[in-house]
Amino acid sequence: MSLRLLAWSALALLGAVLPWIASDYYIDVASQVLIYAIFALGLNVLVGYAGLVSLGHAGIFGVAAYAAAWLVAAGFGHLPAALAALVAIVLVSALYALLSLRATGIGFLMITLAIGQILWGLAYRWIDVTGGDNGISVPSRPAPFGLSLMSAPSFYGFTVLVFLLAVLSMSGFVRSPFGASLKGTRDQPRRMTALGYNVWCIRFAAFLFSGFWSGVAGLLFCYDEQFVSPGMLTLGSSAEVLLMVIAGGSGTLAGPVVGAALVVIMKNVASAYIVRWNLVLGIIFVAIVMFMPEGLVPGSARLARWAYAEWQRRRRAPAALGSER
Amino acid sequence: MTPALELRRLAKSFGGLRVTAEVDLAVAPGERRLIIGPNGAGKTTLFNLITGELRPDAGSILLFGAPVTRLPSRRRAHLGLARTYQIITLFPRETLLRNVVLALLGLSPLRWNPFLRLDRQQRLFAAARAALAQVGLADLGDRPLAQTSYGERRRVEIAMALAQRPKLLLLDEPFAGLSLDERRDVQKLLQSIPREVTLVMIEHDMDVALNLADRITLMHFGEVIVEGTRAEVVAHPKSREVYLGV
Repeated sequence: MSLRLLAWSALALLGAVLPWIASDYYIDVASQVLIYAIFALGLNVLVGYAGLVSLGHAGIFGVAAYAAAWLVAAGFGHLPAALAALVAIVLVSALYALLSLRATGIGFLMITLAIGQILWGLAYRWIDVTGGDNGISVPSRPAPFGLSLMSAPSFYGFTVLVFLLAVLSMSGFVRSPFGASLKGTRDQPRRMTALGYNVWCIRFAAFLFSGFWSGVAGLLFCYDEQFVSPGMLTLGSSAEVLLMVIAGGSGTLAGPVVGAALVVIMKNVASAYIVRWNLVLGIIFVAIVMFMPEGLVPGSARLARWAYAEWQRRRRAPAALGSER
Repeated sequence: MTPALELRRLAKSFGGLRVTAEVDLAVAPGERRLIIGPNGAGKTTLFNLITGELRPDAGSILLFGAPVTRLPSRRRAHLGLARTYQIITLFPRETLLRNVVLALLGLSPLRWNPFLRLDRQQRLFAAARAALAQVGLADLGDRPLAQTSYGERRRVEIAMALAQRPKLLLLDEPFAGLSLDERRDVQKLLQSIPREVTLVMIEHDMDVALNLADRITLMHFGEVIVEGTRAEVVAHPKSREVYLGV
Protein backbone atom coordinates (compact mmCIF):
# COMPACT_ATOMS: atom_id res chain seq x y z
CA MET A 1 0.00 0.00 0.00
CA SER A 2 2.71 2.46 0.98
CA LEU A 3 4.61 1.53 -2.17
CA ARG A 4 1.58 2.52 -4.20
CA LEU A 5 1.33 5.84 -2.40
CA LEU A 6 5.03 6.46 -3.02
CA ALA A 7 4.66 5.75 -6.75
CA TRP A 8 1.68 8.08 -7.03
CA SER A 9 3.38 10.91 -5.11
CA ALA A 10 6.51 10.62 -7.25
CA LEU A 11 4.42 10.84 -10.42
CA ALA A 12 2.40 13.77 -9.04
CA LEU A 13 5.62 15.61 -8.14
CA LEU A 14 7.06 15.00 -11.60
CA GLY A 15 3.82 16.18 -13.19
CA ALA A 16 3.78 19.33 -11.06
CA VAL A 17 7.37 20.47 -11.69
CA LEU A 18 7.48 19.47 -15.36
CA PRO A 19 6.56 22.90 -16.83
CA TRP A 20 9.58 24.43 -15.05
CA ILE A 21 12.18 21.82 -15.92
CA ALA A 22 11.28 20.63 -19.42
CA SER A 23 11.29 22.16 -22.88
CA ASP A 24 8.05 22.89 -24.73
CA TYR A 25 8.52 19.71 -26.73
CA TYR A 26 8.55 17.47 -23.66
CA ILE A 27 5.70 19.42 -22.06
CA ASP A 28 3.65 18.69 -25.16
CA VAL A 29 4.61 15.01 -24.94
CA ALA A 30 3.37 15.06 -21.34
CA SER A 31 0.07 16.63 -22.48
CA GLN A 32 -0.28 13.87 -25.04
CA VAL A 33 0.40 11.22 -22.40
CA LEU A 34 -2.41 12.67 -20.28
CA ILE A 35 -4.80 12.93 -23.25
CA TYR A 36 -4.22 9.29 -24.16
CA ALA A 37 -4.45 8.36 -20.48
CA ILE A 38 -7.96 9.87 -20.36
CA PHE A 39 -8.81 8.01 -23.59
CA ALA A 40 -7.52 4.72 -22.14
CA LEU A 41 -9.25 5.30 -18.79
CA GLY A 42 -12.51 5.70 -20.69
CA LEU A 43 -11.99 2.49 -22.65
CA ASN A 44 -10.95 0.71 -19.45
CA VAL A 45 -14.47 1.13 -18.04
CA LEU A 46 -15.65 -1.28 -20.72
CA VAL A 47 -12.61 -3.55 -21.04
CA GLY A 48 -11.68 -3.77 -17.36
CA TYR A 49 -14.93 -3.38 -15.46
CA ALA A 50 -17.63 -4.48 -17.90
CA GLY A 51 -15.62 -7.25 -19.60
CA LEU A 52 -16.56 -5.82 -23.01
CA VAL A 53 -13.65 -5.33 -25.41
CA SER A 54 -14.29 -2.47 -27.84
CA LEU A 55 -12.17 -2.15 -30.95
CA GLY A 56 -13.94 0.96 -32.20
CA HIS A 57 -13.36 3.58 -29.52
CA ALA A 58 -11.31 5.73 -31.89
CA GLY A 59 -14.64 6.49 -33.57
CA ILE A 60 -15.92 8.25 -30.43
CA PHE A 61 -12.54 9.93 -29.93
CA GLY A 62 -12.65 11.15 -33.52
CA VAL A 63 -16.30 12.24 -33.65
CA ALA A 64 -15.72 14.50 -30.63
CA ALA A 65 -12.71 16.13 -32.27
CA TYR A 66 -14.39 16.50 -35.66
CA ALA A 67 -17.55 18.00 -34.15
CA ALA A 68 -15.59 20.68 -32.32
CA ALA A 69 -13.21 21.35 -35.21
CA TRP A 70 -16.00 21.57 -37.77
CA LEU A 71 -18.06 23.99 -35.66
CA VAL A 72 -15.05 26.20 -34.87
CA ALA A 73 -14.04 26.21 -38.54
CA ALA A 74 -17.64 27.14 -39.42
CA GLY A 75 -17.31 30.22 -37.25
CA PHE A 76 -18.84 29.17 -33.93
CA GLY A 77 -17.16 30.10 -30.66
CA HIS A 78 -15.16 27.51 -28.69
CA LEU A 79 -17.69 27.19 -25.87
CA PRO A 80 -20.74 26.32 -28.02
CA ALA A 81 -18.52 24.08 -30.16
CA ALA A 82 -17.25 22.20 -27.10
CA LEU A 83 -20.75 21.83 -25.65
CA ALA A 84 -22.06 20.55 -28.99
CA ALA A 85 -19.12 18.14 -29.14
CA LEU A 86 -20.03 16.79 -25.68
CA VAL A 87 -23.61 16.21 -26.88
CA ALA A 88 -22.24 14.51 -30.00
CA ILE A 89 -20.09 12.25 -27.79
CA VAL A 90 -23.09 11.11 -25.78
CA LEU A 91 -25.19 10.53 -28.92
CA VAL A 92 -22.52 8.58 -30.76
CA SER A 93 -21.76 6.53 -27.62
CA ALA A 94 -25.47 5.73 -27.31
CA LEU A 95 -25.52 4.65 -30.96
CA TYR A 96 -22.48 2.43 -30.41
CA ALA A 97 -24.08 0.93 -27.30
CA LEU A 98 -27.49 0.31 -28.89
CA LEU A 99 -25.92 -1.59 -31.78
CA SER A 100 -23.08 -3.39 -30.03
CA LEU A 101 -24.76 -4.46 -26.77
CA ARG A 102 -26.81 -6.98 -28.70
CA ALA A 103 -23.72 -9.14 -28.26
CA THR A 104 -20.84 -9.76 -25.86
CA GLY A 105 -17.36 -11.16 -26.40
CA ILE A 106 -16.14 -11.41 -29.98
CA GLY A 107 -19.51 -10.28 -31.38
CA PHE A 108 -19.34 -7.05 -29.38
CA LEU A 109 -15.79 -6.49 -30.57
CA MET A 110 -16.76 -6.97 -34.22
CA ILE A 111 -19.74 -4.60 -34.04
CA THR A 112 -17.69 -1.83 -32.40
CA LEU A 113 -14.98 -2.42 -34.99
CA ALA A 114 -17.55 -2.09 -37.79
CA ILE A 115 -19.00 1.17 -36.44
CA GLY A 116 -15.50 2.54 -36.01
CA GLN A 117 -14.68 1.69 -39.62
CA ILE A 118 -17.89 3.32 -40.86
CA LEU A 119 -17.04 6.54 -39.00
CA TRP A 120 -13.49 6.41 -40.34
CA GLY A 121 -14.95 5.95 -43.86
CA LEU A 122 -17.14 9.01 -43.36
CA ALA A 123 -14.20 11.10 -42.19
CA TYR A 124 -12.11 9.93 -45.11
CA ARG A 125 -14.64 10.01 -47.98
CA TRP A 126 -17.30 12.59 -47.03
CA ILE A 127 -15.00 15.29 -48.30
CA ASP A 128 -17.59 18.11 -48.46
CA VAL A 129 -17.99 18.00 -44.68
CA THR A 130 -14.81 16.51 -43.29
CA GLY A 131 -12.27 17.70 -45.83
CA GLY A 132 -11.26 14.10 -46.41
CA ASP A 133 -7.57 13.41 -46.06
CA ASN A 134 -6.85 17.13 -45.67
CA GLY A 135 -8.71 17.16 -42.37
CA ILE A 136 -9.87 20.34 -40.65
CA SER A 137 -7.61 22.95 -39.10
CA VAL A 138 -8.57 24.66 -35.87
CA PRO A 139 -7.06 28.18 -35.93
CA SER A 140 -7.00 28.72 -32.15
CA ARG A 141 -7.20 26.94 -28.83
CA PRO A 142 -10.04 27.84 -26.47
CA ALA A 143 -9.38 30.42 -23.79
CA PRO A 144 -11.48 29.44 -20.75
CA PHE A 145 -12.14 32.43 -18.47
CA GLY A 146 -9.89 34.55 -20.66
CA LEU A 147 -6.82 32.38 -20.03
CA SER A 148 -5.08 31.60 -23.27
CA LEU A 149 -4.04 27.97 -23.76
CA MET A 150 -1.83 28.70 -26.74
CA SER A 151 1.47 28.06 -24.93
CA ALA A 152 2.59 24.49 -24.16
CA PRO A 153 2.74 24.95 -20.34
CA SER A 154 -0.74 26.54 -20.11
CA PHE A 155 -2.28 23.80 -22.25
CA TYR A 156 -0.48 21.23 -20.11
CA GLY A 157 -2.00 22.77 -16.99
CA PHE A 158 -5.47 22.62 -18.52
CA THR A 159 -4.95 18.98 -19.53
CA VAL A 160 -3.78 18.10 -16.02
CA LEU A 161 -7.01 19.54 -14.61
CA VAL A 162 -9.18 17.51 -16.98
CA PHE A 163 -7.06 14.43 -16.29
CA LEU A 164 -7.49 14.82 -12.51
CA LEU A 165 -11.24 15.18 -13.02
CA ALA A 166 -11.25 11.96 -15.06
CA VAL A 167 -9.24 10.06 -12.43
CA LEU A 168 -11.47 11.37 -9.65
CA SER A 169 -14.65 10.34 -11.44
CA MET A 170 -13.15 6.91 -12.24
CA SER A 171 -12.02 6.19 -8.69
CA GLY A 172 -15.44 7.20 -7.38
CA PHE A 173 -17.16 5.10 -10.01
CA VAL A 174 -15.11 1.99 -9.27
CA ARG A 175 -15.99 2.07 -5.56
CA SER A 176 -19.64 3.00 -6.03
CA PRO A 177 -22.58 0.61 -5.84
CA PHE A 178 -23.00 1.06 -9.59
CA GLY A 179 -19.36 0.08 -10.11
CA ALA A 180 -20.03 -3.11 -8.11
CA SER A 181 -23.10 -3.79 -10.24
CA LEU A 182 -21.02 -3.39 -13.40
CA LYS A 183 -18.27 -5.72 -12.16
CA GLY A 184 -20.99 -8.24 -11.28
CA THR A 185 -22.29 -8.20 -14.86
CA ARG A 186 -18.73 -8.85 -16.02
CA ASP A 187 -18.28 -11.92 -13.81
CA GLN A 188 -21.76 -13.49 -13.74
CA PRO A 189 -24.27 -11.80 -16.06
CA ARG A 190 -26.78 -14.63 -15.72
CA ARG A 191 -26.63 -14.56 -11.96
CA MET A 192 -26.97 -10.77 -11.92
CA THR A 193 -30.21 -11.03 -13.90
CA ALA A 194 -31.59 -13.59 -11.47
CA LEU A 195 -30.62 -11.26 -8.59
CA GLY A 196 -32.76 -8.49 -10.05
CA TYR A 197 -30.22 -6.42 -12.01
CA ASN A 198 -30.97 -5.06 -15.47
CA VAL A 199 -27.75 -6.19 -17.11
CA TRP A 200 -28.39 -4.45 -20.44
CA CYS A 201 -29.12 -1.07 -18.84
CA ILE A 202 -26.06 -1.34 -16.59
CA ARG A 203 -23.87 -2.02 -19.63
CA PHE A 204 -25.53 0.80 -21.55
CA ALA A 205 -24.84 3.33 -18.78
CA ALA A 206 -21.26 2.08 -18.52
CA PHE A 207 -20.83 2.53 -22.29
CA LEU A 208 -21.99 6.14 -22.04
CA PHE A 209 -19.55 6.79 -19.19
CA SER A 210 -16.73 5.13 -21.12
CA GLY A 211 -17.59 6.97 -24.33
CA PHE A 212 -17.84 10.29 -22.51
CA TRP A 213 -14.24 10.23 -21.30
CA SER A 214 -12.90 8.83 -24.56
CA GLY A 215 -14.68 11.68 -26.34
CA VAL A 216 -13.32 14.28 -23.93
CA ALA A 217 -9.86 12.97 -24.75
CA GLY A 218 -10.64 13.45 -28.45
CA LEU A 219 -11.69 17.02 -27.78
CA LEU A 220 -8.42 17.71 -25.95
CA PHE A 221 -6.51 16.07 -28.79
CA CYS A 222 -8.19 18.41 -31.28
CA TYR A 223 -7.14 21.44 -29.19
CA ASP A 224 -3.63 20.08 -28.73
CA GLU A 225 -2.95 19.41 -32.41
CA GLN A 226 -5.25 22.20 -33.67
CA PHE A 227 -5.95 19.80 -36.48
CA VAL A 228 -8.16 16.76 -37.02
CA SER A 229 -7.71 14.10 -39.69
CA PRO A 230 -9.09 10.64 -40.51
CA GLY A 231 -5.95 9.19 -38.93
CA MET A 232 -7.58 9.73 -35.51
CA LEU A 233 -10.37 7.28 -36.38
CA THR A 234 -8.37 4.42 -37.87
CA LEU A 235 -8.52 0.86 -36.64
CA GLY A 236 -4.87 1.36 -35.70
CA SER A 237 -5.88 4.16 -33.34
CA SER A 238 -8.54 1.94 -31.70
CA ALA A 239 -6.06 -0.90 -31.38
CA GLU A 240 -3.40 1.39 -29.92
CA VAL A 241 -5.59 2.58 -27.06
CA LEU A 242 -6.72 -0.99 -26.40
CA LEU A 243 -3.05 -1.99 -26.19
CA MET A 244 -2.46 0.82 -23.69
CA VAL A 245 -5.24 -0.55 -21.47
CA ILE A 246 -4.09 -4.16 -21.72
CA ALA A 247 -0.35 -3.41 -21.41
CA GLY A 248 -0.85 -1.22 -18.34
CA GLY A 249 -3.39 -3.54 -16.74
CA SER A 250 -7.12 -3.49 -17.43
CA GLY A 251 -9.48 -3.20 -14.50
CA THR A 252 -7.05 -1.00 -12.55
CA LEU A 253 -6.96 2.80 -12.33
CA ALA A 254 -3.22 3.21 -12.81
CA GLY A 255 -2.91 0.62 -15.57
CA PRO A 256 -4.33 2.64 -18.50
CA VAL A 257 -2.30 5.69 -17.41
CA VAL A 258 0.94 3.69 -17.36
CA GLY A 259 0.04 2.06 -20.68
CA ALA A 260 -0.65 5.45 -22.27
CA ALA A 261 2.66 6.82 -20.98
CA LEU A 262 4.52 3.79 -22.35
CA VAL A 263 3.09 4.05 -25.86
CA VAL A 264 3.20 7.85 -26.21
CA ILE A 265 6.75 8.11 -24.88
CA MET A 266 7.93 5.30 -27.15
CA LYS A 267 6.27 6.99 -30.10
CA ASN A 268 7.69 10.46 -29.44
CA VAL A 269 10.95 9.95 -27.63
CA ALA A 270 12.27 6.58 -28.72
CA SER A 271 11.46 7.36 -32.34
CA ALA A 272 14.06 10.15 -32.22
CA TYR A 273 16.80 7.60 -31.50
CA ILE A 274 15.61 4.43 -33.18
CA VAL A 275 14.11 4.43 -36.66
CA ARG A 276 12.30 1.14 -36.05
CA TRP A 277 10.73 2.22 -32.77
CA ASN A 278 7.64 0.17 -33.68
CA LEU A 279 9.79 -2.92 -33.39
CA VAL A 280 10.91 -1.90 -29.90
CA LEU A 281 7.31 -1.30 -28.85
CA GLY A 282 6.37 -4.69 -30.27
CA ILE A 283 9.12 -6.40 -28.28
CA ILE A 284 7.95 -4.62 -25.13
CA PHE A 285 4.38 -5.82 -25.72
CA VAL A 286 5.54 -9.39 -26.28
CA ALA A 287 7.57 -9.21 -23.07
CA ILE A 288 4.54 -7.90 -21.15
CA VAL A 289 2.33 -10.68 -22.51
CA MET A 290 4.94 -13.30 -21.61
CA PHE A 291 5.99 -12.14 -18.17
CA MET A 292 3.13 -9.97 -16.93
CA PRO A 293 0.02 -11.09 -18.79
CA GLU A 294 -2.17 -9.20 -16.33
CA GLY A 295 -0.46 -5.90 -17.32
CA LEU A 296 2.39 -3.75 -16.03
CA VAL A 297 0.67 -2.35 -12.94
CA PRO A 298 -0.79 -5.55 -11.45
CA GLY A 299 2.31 -7.44 -12.65
CA SER A 300 4.72 -5.08 -10.87
CA ALA A 301 2.58 -5.24 -7.74
CA ARG A 302 2.79 -9.04 -7.85
CA LEU A 303 6.56 -8.86 -8.32
CA ALA A 304 6.92 -6.42 -5.42
CA ARG A 305 4.86 -8.65 -3.12
CA TRP A 306 6.92 -11.66 -4.12
CA ALA A 307 10.20 -9.80 -3.54
CA TYR A 308 9.00 -8.60 -0.14
CA ALA A 309 7.92 -12.11 0.91
CA GLU A 310 11.26 -13.49 -0.28
CA TRP A 311 13.16 -10.85 1.68
CA GLN A 312 11.16 -11.65 4.82
CA ARG A 313 11.79 -15.37 4.35
CA ARG A 314 15.55 -14.92 3.96
CA ARG A 315 15.67 -12.68 6.99
CA ARG A 316 13.92 -15.31 9.09
CA ALA A 317 15.78 -18.34 7.74
CA PRO A 318 19.11 -17.83 9.56
CA ALA A 319 17.28 -17.21 12.84
CA ALA A 320 15.36 -20.48 12.42
CA LEU A 321 18.61 -22.32 11.78
CA GLY A 322 20.11 -20.81 14.90
CA SER A 323 17.25 -21.98 17.09
CA GLU A 324 17.67 -25.56 15.88
CA ARG A 325 21.09 -25.82 17.41
CA MET B 1 -55.80 -19.70 -1.00
CA THR B 2 -53.80 -18.35 -3.96
CA PRO B 3 -50.90 -20.66 -4.72
CA ALA B 4 -47.40 -19.21 -4.33
CA LEU B 5 -46.52 -20.73 -7.67
CA GLU B 6 -48.82 -22.02 -10.36
CA LEU B 7 -47.91 -23.48 -13.73
CA ARG B 8 -50.63 -24.03 -16.32
CA ARG B 9 -49.97 -26.36 -19.26
CA LEU B 10 -46.41 -25.09 -19.44
CA ALA B 11 -44.49 -26.38 -22.47
CA LYS B 12 -40.94 -26.01 -23.78
CA SER B 13 -39.07 -27.84 -26.53
CA PHE B 14 -35.46 -27.67 -27.64
CA GLY B 15 -35.81 -28.49 -31.32
CA GLY B 16 -37.65 -31.80 -31.46
CA LEU B 17 -37.00 -32.61 -27.82
CA ARG B 18 -39.91 -31.92 -25.49
CA VAL B 19 -38.27 -30.97 -22.16
CA THR B 20 -41.40 -29.60 -20.55
CA ALA B 21 -44.65 -31.15 -21.71
CA GLU B 22 -47.82 -29.41 -20.60
CA VAL B 23 -46.83 -29.27 -16.95
CA ASP B 24 -49.51 -28.30 -14.43
CA LEU B 25 -48.26 -27.53 -10.96
CA ALA B 26 -49.54 -25.62 -7.93
CA VAL B 27 -47.48 -24.97 -4.81
CA ALA B 28 -49.28 -23.59 -1.76
CA PRO B 29 -47.76 -20.72 0.27
CA GLY B 30 -45.33 -22.04 2.87
CA GLU B 31 -45.22 -25.48 1.30
CA ARG B 32 -42.00 -27.48 0.91
CA ARG B 33 -42.16 -29.12 -2.49
CA LEU B 34 -39.66 -31.65 -3.72
CA ILE B 35 -39.25 -32.27 -7.44
CA ILE B 36 -37.60 -35.57 -8.28
CA GLY B 37 -36.93 -37.45 -11.46
CA PRO B 38 -34.14 -39.14 -13.37
CA ASN B 39 -31.45 -37.15 -15.19
CA GLY B 40 -32.91 -35.34 -18.17
CA ALA B 41 -36.44 -35.33 -16.76
CA GLY B 42 -36.61 -31.56 -17.28
CA LYS B 43 -36.34 -30.42 -13.68
CA THR B 44 -33.74 -27.68 -14.12
CA THR B 45 -35.47 -26.53 -17.32
CA LEU B 46 -38.62 -26.14 -15.28
CA PHE B 47 -36.68 -23.91 -12.84
CA ASN B 48 -35.28 -21.86 -15.71
CA LEU B 49 -38.80 -21.34 -17.03
CA ILE B 50 -40.07 -20.29 -13.61
CA THR B 51 -37.25 -17.76 -13.13
CA GLY B 52 -37.54 -16.49 -16.69
CA GLU B 53 -34.11 -17.53 -17.93
CA LEU B 54 -35.98 -19.49 -20.61
CA ARG B 55 -39.15 -18.47 -22.43
CA PRO B 56 -41.88 -21.16 -22.56
CA ASP B 57 -43.39 -22.13 -25.92
CA ALA B 58 -46.86 -22.31 -24.43
CA GLY B 59 -48.71 -22.16 -21.12
CA SER B 60 -48.51 -19.68 -18.28
CA ILE B 61 -46.71 -19.06 -15.00
CA LEU B 62 -48.30 -17.31 -12.03
CA LEU B 63 -46.41 -16.01 -8.99
CA PHE B 64 -48.70 -15.36 -6.03
CA GLY B 65 -51.61 -15.17 -8.46
CA ALA B 66 -49.97 -12.66 -10.83
CA PRO B 67 -49.14 -13.79 -14.36
CA VAL B 68 -45.40 -13.45 -15.00
CA THR B 69 -45.02 -15.57 -18.13
CA ARG B 70 -43.73 -12.66 -20.22
CA LEU B 71 -41.96 -10.83 -17.39
CA PRO B 72 -38.15 -10.61 -17.60
CA SER B 73 -36.11 -12.55 -15.08
CA ARG B 74 -34.94 -9.50 -13.12
CA ARG B 75 -38.52 -8.34 -12.53
CA ARG B 76 -39.46 -11.72 -11.08
CA ALA B 77 -36.64 -11.30 -8.56
CA HIS B 78 -38.24 -8.06 -7.44
CA LEU B 79 -41.54 -9.93 -6.95
CA GLY B 80 -39.91 -12.17 -4.34
CA LEU B 81 -38.47 -15.03 -6.36
CA ALA B 82 -34.94 -16.26 -5.63
CA ARG B 83 -33.01 -19.31 -6.72
CA THR B 84 -29.80 -21.22 -6.19
CA TYR B 85 -27.92 -22.96 -8.96
CA GLN B 86 -26.96 -26.60 -9.35
CA ILE B 87 -23.62 -25.46 -10.79
CA ILE B 88 -22.37 -22.84 -8.36
CA THR B 89 -22.48 -19.37 -9.91
CA LEU B 90 -20.83 -16.91 -7.54
CA PHE B 91 -18.45 -13.97 -7.87
CA PRO B 92 -14.99 -15.54 -7.53
CA ARG B 93 -12.99 -12.31 -7.21
CA GLU B 94 -15.04 -10.98 -4.28
CA THR B 95 -15.18 -11.89 -0.61
CA LEU B 96 -18.08 -13.91 0.77
CA LEU B 97 -19.49 -10.78 2.35
CA ARG B 98 -19.42 -8.85 -0.92
CA ASN B 99 -21.07 -11.76 -2.72
CA VAL B 100 -24.02 -11.46 -0.36
CA VAL B 101 -23.93 -7.65 -0.59
CA LEU B 102 -24.34 -7.97 -4.36
CA ALA B 103 -27.44 -10.08 -3.80
CA LEU B 104 -28.86 -7.39 -1.51
CA LEU B 105 -27.88 -4.57 -3.85
CA GLY B 106 -29.84 -6.24 -6.66
CA LEU B 107 -33.12 -5.37 -4.96
CA SER B 108 -32.02 -1.93 -3.75
CA PRO B 109 -32.34 1.29 -5.77
CA LEU B 110 -28.76 1.98 -4.66
CA ARG B 111 -27.53 -0.35 -7.40
CA TRP B 112 -27.72 2.55 -9.89
CA ASN B 113 -25.79 5.00 -7.71
CA PRO B 114 -22.37 5.94 -9.14
CA PHE B 115 -21.55 8.56 -6.47
CA LEU B 116 -21.66 6.86 -3.06
CA ARG B 117 -19.03 4.49 -1.67
CA LEU B 118 -20.34 0.93 -1.52
CA ASP B 119 -18.08 0.17 1.47
CA ARG B 120 -19.87 2.80 3.51
CA GLN B 121 -23.36 1.31 3.05
CA GLN B 122 -23.49 0.00 6.62
CA ARG B 123 -27.05 -1.25 6.34
CA LEU B 124 -26.28 -3.47 3.37
CA PHE B 125 -23.21 -4.91 5.04
CA ALA B 126 -25.05 -5.52 8.32
CA ALA B 127 -27.81 -7.38 6.48
CA ALA B 128 -25.20 -9.37 4.53
CA ARG B 129 -23.39 -10.32 7.76
CA ALA B 130 -26.69 -11.48 9.23
CA ALA B 131 -27.36 -13.66 6.17
CA LEU B 132 -23.88 -15.18 6.42
CA ALA B 133 -24.41 -15.84 10.13
CA GLN B 134 -27.68 -17.57 9.29
CA VAL B 135 -25.80 -20.13 7.17
CA GLY B 136 -22.98 -20.44 9.73
CA LEU B 137 -20.33 -18.51 7.81
CA ALA B 138 -20.16 -15.44 10.03
CA ASP B 139 -16.40 -15.82 10.56
CA LEU B 140 -15.51 -16.17 6.90
CA GLY B 141 -17.08 -12.96 5.60
CA ASP B 142 -13.80 -11.31 4.64
CA ARG B 143 -12.35 -14.35 2.93
CA PRO B 144 -12.15 -14.25 -0.89
CA LEU B 145 -14.54 -16.73 -2.42
CA ALA B 146 -11.66 -18.39 -4.29
CA GLN B 147 -10.26 -19.56 -0.93
CA THR B 148 -13.35 -21.39 0.29
CA SER B 149 -14.44 -25.00 0.08
CA TYR B 150 -17.20 -26.36 -2.10
CA GLY B 151 -19.49 -26.87 0.88
CA GLU B 152 -18.97 -23.29 2.01
CA ARG B 153 -19.82 -22.02 -1.46
CA ARG B 154 -23.05 -24.02 -1.44
CA ARG B 155 -23.96 -22.23 1.75
CA VAL B 156 -23.03 -18.85 0.25
CA GLU B 157 -25.46 -19.63 -2.57
CA ILE B 158 -28.19 -20.18 -0.01
CA ALA B 159 -27.15 -17.10 1.99
CA MET B 160 -27.44 -14.93 -1.13
CA ALA B 161 -30.90 -16.27 -1.85
CA LEU B 162 -32.06 -15.86 1.77
CA ALA B 163 -30.58 -12.35 2.02
CA GLN B 164 -33.06 -11.23 -0.62
CA ARG B 165 -35.88 -12.29 1.73
CA PRO B 166 -37.70 -14.16 -1.01
CA LYS B 167 -41.27 -15.34 -0.76
CA LEU B 168 -40.54 -18.23 -3.10
CA LEU B 169 -37.15 -19.93 -3.07
CA LEU B 170 -36.08 -22.41 -5.74
CA LEU B 171 -33.23 -24.71 -4.67
CA ASP B 172 -31.53 -26.63 -7.46
CA GLU B 173 -29.81 -29.64 -5.85
CA PRO B 174 -28.67 -27.89 -2.68
CA PHE B 175 -26.98 -31.09 -1.43
CA ALA B 176 -25.05 -31.89 -4.61
CA GLY B 177 -21.40 -32.71 -3.96
CA LEU B 178 -21.57 -32.25 -0.18
CA SER B 179 -20.03 -34.53 2.44
CA LEU B 180 -22.26 -36.25 5.01
CA ASP B 181 -21.56 -33.64 7.68
CA GLU B 182 -22.17 -30.79 5.28
CA ARG B 183 -25.44 -32.39 4.22
CA ARG B 184 -26.61 -32.42 7.82
CA ASP B 185 -25.66 -28.74 8.18
CA VAL B 186 -27.51 -27.71 5.04
CA GLN B 187 -30.51 -29.80 6.05
CA LYS B 188 -30.67 -28.03 9.42
CA LEU B 189 -30.29 -24.72 7.63
CA LEU B 190 -33.18 -25.46 5.27
CA GLN B 191 -35.33 -26.64 8.16
CA SER B 192 -34.70 -23.34 9.93
CA ILE B 193 -36.16 -21.30 7.04
CA PRO B 194 -39.45 -19.82 8.25
CA ARG B 195 -42.72 -20.95 6.71
CA GLU B 196 -43.31 -17.50 5.19
CA VAL B 197 -40.92 -18.71 2.53
CA THR B 198 -42.23 -21.26 0.07
CA LEU B 199 -39.57 -23.78 -0.96
CA VAL B 200 -39.37 -25.73 -4.20
CA MET B 201 -36.40 -28.07 -4.33
CA ILE B 202 -34.83 -30.34 -6.90
CA GLU B 203 -32.85 -33.10 -5.22
CA HIS B 204 -31.50 -36.57 -5.86
CA ASP B 205 -30.51 -37.32 -2.27
CA MET B 206 -33.77 -38.88 -1.10
CA ASP B 207 -32.79 -39.41 2.55
CA VAL B 208 -32.36 -35.74 3.36
CA ALA B 209 -34.79 -34.36 0.82
CA LEU B 210 -37.75 -36.56 1.76
CA ASN B 211 -37.52 -35.41 5.38
CA LEU B 212 -37.93 -31.80 4.30
CA ALA B 213 -40.72 -32.18 1.78
CA ASP B 214 -44.44 -31.81 2.36
CA ARG B 215 -45.32 -32.94 -1.14
CA ILE B 216 -43.38 -34.56 -3.93
CA THR B 217 -43.65 -34.20 -7.70
CA LEU B 218 -42.11 -36.90 -9.84
CA MET B 219 -41.10 -35.90 -13.36
CA HIS B 220 -40.07 -38.08 -16.29
CA PHE B 221 -39.40 -37.00 -19.91
CA GLY B 222 -40.74 -33.53 -19.19
CA GLU B 223 -44.03 -34.71 -17.76
CA VAL B 224 -45.39 -34.82 -14.24
CA ILE B 225 -45.92 -38.54 -13.60
CA VAL B 226 -46.99 -38.61 -9.98
CA GLU B 227 -47.73 -35.98 -7.39
CA GLY B 228 -48.68 -36.43 -3.77
CA THR B 229 -47.42 -36.86 -0.22
CA ARG B 230 -44.28 -38.81 0.47
CA ALA B 231 -46.15 -42.03 1.19
CA GLU B 232 -48.33 -41.70 -1.88
CA VAL B 233 -45.41 -41.15 -4.22
CA VAL B 234 -43.26 -43.90 -2.73
CA ALA B 235 -46.14 -46.38 -2.95
CA HIS B 236 -47.13 -45.42 -6.49
CA PRO B 237 -46.32 -48.13 -9.04
CA LYS B 238 -45.16 -45.58 -11.63
CA SER B 239 -42.47 -44.16 -9.37
CA ARG B 240 -41.11 -47.67 -8.88
CA GLU B 241 -41.13 -48.06 -12.63
CA VAL B 242 -39.27 -44.80 -13.24
CA TYR B 243 -36.74 -45.15 -10.47
CA LEU B 244 -36.24 -48.87 -10.25
CA GLY B 245 -36.90 -49.74 -13.86
CA VAL B 246 -39.28 -52.56 -12.91
